[in-house]
Amino acid sequence: MKKKKKLTLARRRAITGLLFISPWVIGFFTYYVRSLYQTVYMAFSDVTQAETGGFVSTLKGIDNFKYAFLVDADFNQILVTSVKDILIDVPLILFFSLFLAIILNGKFKGRTLFRALLFLPVIMGAGIIVNALDAAQQTMSVGLSATAGDMAVVKDSAMTQVLSAFVEFGIPMKLVTYLSQAVERIFTVVRASGVQTIIFIAALQSISSSLYEVAKIEGATTYETFWKITFPMVSPMILTNVVYTIVASFTNSEIIKKAEEMAFVSFEYGISSAMSLISTVVVCTILLLLGLFISKKVFYYN
Amino acid sequence: MSTKQKGMLDTFFRPDENTKFKRHILWTKIVKKAMVLFRYATLIGISYIVLSPMISIISKAFFSDSDVYNSMVYVIPEAPTLRNFGLAMQRMDYFKTLGLTMVYIVSLTLIQLLICSLVGYGFARFEFPFKKLLFGCVVLTIVIPTYTIMLPLYMHFRNFDPLHLFSLFTGGPANWLTSLKPIYMMTLLGCGLSSGLFIYIFIQFFRGIPKELEEAAFVDGAGAIRTFFQIMLPCAKPSIITVAVFSLVWQYNDSFYTGLFGIEAKYQLGVMLSSLTGNLSSLDKIVNPEFQEMYLNAGIILMILPILLIYIVLQKSFIEGVERSGIVG
Repeated sequence: MKKKKKLTLARRRAITGLLFISPWVIGFFTYYVRSLYQTVYMAFSDVTQAETGGFVSTLKGIDNFKYAFLVDADFNQILVTSVKDILIDVPLILFFSLFLAIILNGKFKGRTLFRALLFLPVIMGAGIIVNALDAAQQTMSVGLSATAGDMAVVKDSAMTQVLSAFVEFGIPMKLVTYLSQAVERIFTVVRASGVQTIIFIAALQSISSSLYEVAKIEGATTYETFWKITFPMVSPMILTNVVYTIVASFTNSEIIKKAEEMAFVSFEYGISSAMSLISTVVVCTILLLLGLFISKKVFYYN
Repeated sequence: MSTKQKGMLDTFFRPDENTKFKRHILWTKIVKKAMVLFRYATLIGISYIVLSPMISIISKAFFSDSDVYNSMVYVIPEAPTLRNFGLAMQRMDYFKTLGLTMVYIVSLTLIQLLICSLVGYGFARFEFPFKKLLFGCVVLTIVIPTYTIMLPLYMHFRNFDPLHLFSLFTGGPANWLTSLKPIYMMTLLGCGLSSGLFIYIFIQFFRGIPKELEEAAFVDGAGAIRTFFQIMLPCAKPSIITVAVFSLVWQYNDSFYTGLFGIEAKYQLGVMLSSLTGNLSSLDKIVNPEFQEMYLNAGIILMILPILLIYIVLQKSFIEGVERSGIVG
């Protein structure tokens, strides 16, 4: 009798599959798992650079966290502003990109041109270009000759007058401030919603046209069609876009600059790790809460 | 109902129905026209928001010294000059840097495409133990911001010594910083810039391809590798274009990894651009920020131009690709 055991087909398939994903598995363990563990470890320890060039870390408890929260002058403030900015930006970016996607989705003249134009901000995403664009945008809206300070004062007082009128009409102050902030951020929002718009366009394209035909025959208005068909069908993408937006905006936020500065300017590796760990925990909590909230409302077709 | 009454009703109602119908048609037409108007108005407005800083940058790149302090000049320079471009090109070592940058980003993109599609195919088509868990880990790499692991990565490549092989053979860990090795290494192992997202895109796409194709290939005696390269990959063109464009653009604009690994300026146009103002003040004694801005703007245009050309070429198939590829799972 033959002793040699032949692999079953399923077994062989499993091995081939593992071979296909093996580069990623190795990378995931060497870079992600190991680095995550090290970040956590360093956050709880005192890291110094040894003379040989290596790094020595000794456990010392929660001192780094204490430093970040209690001693460091601006960490708390930066953290709170970053979170606040994100909470303001995320709904704005979502609404704006969905709106834009719906507008861009239909067939009309110049569609390709507009689609290309609105993706431009993604192409110009390099940090230095973004800074230059910010400066350029100010010169455009303020005018090259007038000094920025003068115009800002004029703009501000006009703004407060208009706003106070709204408040007198009985619109809650908080809403008015939110909206005025939204208007001021329009440049940021437009620039940050390139990828999201494309994802929404893709989602809109994948809705089968028979759904719309049925709605039309049944006599649904455009408004009803939007809320009963378009919105539920793209809702899974809202979750994707929320995740993408939050991660992207945290990567570009001040808090990361602070952590980088701590590591590569002050050489406080332990504190830097603690800071990035704190912000990661904050991001993940926000993502988790929003994810739970949204996934309850999301409609899955399949 | 008598016929007389019915006739009366007819004369009463028919014209009314008719006008109602006409009114309805007119109303729909007006709404349609208004929608078209609204669409164009909005799009033009948003395009202005996108383009206005660009206009300012382009115009300033052509300014000459006298235009900067001339209060009569707004956007259109009085004495346009190409001098800014000349000096910016010289200081950025433009063509050489551009060439090296292109080699760098294109090679990285090719590696990304190969690795991410392989991994994506593995996840989409094969059953193996812990598959669900590993897929969860792919999603985790998308969600966890890369900056969380930046320090360990920096240390890892500062003293690169996997399994103590380097200590064994060359007597001590190697310092891989400032070279391109770390980023190639990470990309090869599927952990490069946004690799998680690209893997996800490929997984979703391959899941949508009918299984019969591969079964036919299997029956005809093709192995897994051959099936992948000859059958699945050609099918995945929309995903490939999507991933390629994203990877090219993001790699080109990346400042996170280049900064973290201290990659030399000659390999990255972006790094060259950020050191442009410094070079101007030290080499050309141009310290006035207003003047520096002109050169910087010229440099920005020089940097955007190549990637813009690539995008224009790939634009149409890119957007179609996004629509058909797996981003929408």
